[in-house]
Amino acid sequence: MKNQNTNISEEYKYGFTTEIDNIKAPKGLSEETIKFISKIKKEPKWMLDWRLKAFNRLKVSKEPNWQKPKYPKINYQDLYYYSAPKSMNDKPKSLDEVDPKLIETYNKLGIPLTEQKKLSGVAVDAVFDSVSVATTFKDELTKKGIIFCPISEAIREHPELVKKYLGSVIPISDHYFATLNSAVFTDGSFVYIPPNTRCPMELSTYFRINAAETGQFERTLIIADKGSYVSYLEGCTAPMRDENQLHAANVELVALDDAEIKYSTVQNWYPGDKDGVGGIYNFVTKRGACRGKNSKISWTQVETGSAITWKYPSCILQGDNSVGEFYSIAITNNHQKADTGTKMIHLGKNTKSKIISKGISAGNADNTYRGLVDIGRKALNSRNYTQCDSLLMGNKCGAHTVPYIKNKNSSSTIEHEATTSKINDDQLFYCNQRGLNQEEAVSLIVNGFCKDVLQQLPMEFAVEAQKLVGISLEGSVG
Amino acid sequence: MLEIKDLNASINDKLILKGLNISIKPGELHAIMGPNGSGKSTLANVLSGKEGYNISGELNYLGKSLNEISIDERAQKGIFLAFQYPTEIPGVNTSNFLRTSLNKVRKAQGKKEIDALSFLKLIKEKTTELGMDEKMLTRQLNVGFSGGEKKKNEILQMKILDPNLIILDETDSGLDIDALRIVADGVNSSRDNKKSFLVITHYQRLLNFIKPDFVHVLSNGKIVKSGNKELAIQLEKTGYKGIN
Repeated sequence: MKNQNTNISEEYKYGFTTEIDNIKAPKGLSEETIKFISKIKKEPKWMLDWRLKAFNRLKVSKEPNWQKPKYPKINYQDLYYYSAPKSMNDKPKSLDEVDPKLIETYNKLGIPLTEQKKLSGVAVDAVFDSVSVATTFKDELTKKGIIFCPISEAIREHPELVKKYLGSVIPISDHYFATLNSAVFTDGSFVYIPPNTRCPMELSTYFRINAAETGQFERTLIIADKGSYVSYLEGCTAPMRDENQLHAANVELVALDDAEIKYSTVQNWYPGDKDGVGGIYNFVTKRGACRGKNSKISWTQVETGSAITWKYPSCILQGDNSVGEFYSIAITNNHQKADTGTKMIHLGKNTKSKIISKGISAGNADNTYRGLVDIGRKALNSRNYTQCDSLLMGNKCGAHTVPYIKNKNSSSTIEHEATTSKINDDQLFYCNQRGLNQEEAVSLIVNGFCKDVLQQLPMEFAVEAQKLVGISLEGSVG
Repeated sequence: MLEIKDLNASINDKLILKGLNISIKPGELHAIMGPNGSGKSTLANVLSGKEGYNISGELNYLGKSLNEISIDERAQKGIFLAFQYPTEIPGVNTSNFLRTSLNKVRKAQGKKEIDALSFLKLIKEKTTELGMDEKMLTRQLNVGFSGGEKKKNEILQMKILDPNLIILDETDSGLDIDALRIVADGVNSSRDNKKSFLVITHYQRLLNFIKPDFVHVLSNGKIVKSGNKELAIQLEKTGYKGIN
C-alpha cells in the first residue's frame, strides 16, 4: 500500500530568458564603469561625485564575513554593472514606443503594463536589469502631487528631494555592499508622498534580472511627508542560470511626523536548482527612519527565492511615539540559505517595535533569524515584542535564532519568544484523510504557520504569496 | 461495501493484525470492541491507508481493491475516519479547512466546487442539526478545543463530507454524557441504507446510544467472536477475559 504521490514539483516558472540586444557598461568595477553609468543616465555632476566618493570608500572597505551562509569569493571585476535593452536607450516617451519584447516579458510574469490590461488599484514601476521600462498610473498620481518614478528620473527632475534624502538613512560608508550599491546603483523607484496625502493605490516595483554575468544594484527611496500614508510592494524574479548572480540593493525609507509607510516584499529570485547550482545572491540593505513623531514603518517580507538571502530590513525609531514593525516569512528549500531578520533601534521616547518572524526550512537548507533590538538611554517607556518561530521539514535542514538585545534604560521592556517545531505526521495524516494530497497538506499547514505574517500583505498579493509558499516547498515531504 | 479477508498488518516487524475477516454491507453498523493493544486503532489506520504498515490479505471497498490507493484518494472515494485524537493545526481556519476538504471530495466525484454562500448555508444546517455552536468554525482547526469539541468537530465534518464508509475510532473516549449524545445523534441521523459504519470502542456505553447490527470482539489481532448487540452487553458483564 504505497502512497501514490507522484506530483512532480512545479519548476521555477519565471526562469525564462528574454533574447534582447543590450547595452552594457565595460566589464568590471572601475571609475570608468561608474562614469559610464552616470553618463548614460544623464546625471548631474553632484550625483557622479557622490558615486565616486562611494567608490573611493569602497576601495578601503572590506567585504563582511560574519554571516552564517558562506559563499565563494565574488570576482567583482568579472561582472557587468550596467545592462539595459538597447531600445531603452532612446527613452521611449510612451508605452507604444517600448520594445514589445519587454512588454511581453512582463505579461509572462503576470505584470501587464499596457493601458487596457494594467492591474487595477496598483501602480507598477517595471525595472528590467538596469533600467525602468515603464511606470503605470503616473498621471493619476501626479494629480495628487505624488511622485512615483524611476530613481534616475528623480535625480534629474527632483534633485532637491534626492539630495536631501539619498544616503540619509544608509550612509555611503555604511558597509561594503551598501557602499558598492552607492557607487554603481542603476535603477529603482523613487516615491514622494506630499503632506497629509493618503496614496490612493498600492505602489509597486517589479524587478527583473535578465542579462547574464550582470549584477543588479537597485536603489529605492521612499519619502512620506508629514501626515501621509503609502503602501509599497516589490516583487522580483530572474532567469535560471548555472552561475550565481549578485543582487545588492539599497532601500531607504523616511517617514516624517505622523506619516506611515508600509513596505512589502515578495522575493522570488531564482533559488538555484535542486543540487544548489546557480541562483541569486540577495545581499540587500533595507532601512527605514521614523524621523518624525508618531510615525510608523512596517516591513513585511516573504522571502522564498535566492540561493542566499542576507538582509535585515530595519527601523530607526527617532521620533517620539514612533512605531516599527517587521513581519517576515523566510522559506528555504533544497540548498538555499537565509540569514535574515531586523534591527529595531529605539531612540525616541515611547517608541514601540514588533517583530514576527517565521522561518521554514526544508531539504538541506539553512535558515537563520538574526535580529537586534537596541533601546537607547533616552528612549524611555519603549517596548519591543519579538516572536521567532521556526518550522523544520525533514532531518537535514537547520534553523537558528540569534537575537541581540540591548536595553539601556529601566523604563522600557523587551519580550522575546522563540519556538522550533516540525511538521508532524499526525497533521499530514489528518489532512490526507480529509482528501488533501501531500503537497496540499504541506501548503495548508505552512500557510497556517505563516498566517500572522501573510495577513499583513496587501490583499492583491496575499493570495499570490500563499500559493508561492506552497510551491516553494513542493517535493520537500513525502 | 467493505470486504476484509485474512488481513495481516505489521509495523516494525511486529505483527498486529493476524488474519482478520470482516464483511460490511451498505446500511450496516458494525461495532468492534476489544481490550487495549488488540489492534483496534491499527485497523482504523490500515483502512484509511496510513503509511508505515506492512500489509497482506485482501481489502476491498465497493468491489475494488484498496491496495495502492493513497490516503487522500480513499478519503475522496468516501472513506471517513473520525480520529481518536484529532490533531491541532494552528493558523488554519476550521471553516476554510472544511470547505477545502469538501471541495476535494466533490471534485473527485465530478461535482462543481461549492460556492461560499451555499457552504455557509450547509454549515448552518448541519450545526443546527447537531445542536452545535457555529462559532467553533471560526476558530483555528482543533486549536484550544476541548476533548468534546474536537469529537463534535469530527462528527460535523462527517456530516458535511457525506462519506460512504465511516470509521469511528474510539470517538466516545473522554466524552461527557452531553457530548456523547451529540456524537450518537450525529451518527444515528446519518444512518441510511447506503452508508456503513465501523464503530471502534472500548466500552459498551456508546452502544446504548448507537444500536449496532453486529458486534465483533477483537483480541490479539483477530476477530474472536461475532454476534449482535447482546454480545456487547454480555461483554460488559464478563469482561474480555470471559470471551475465547
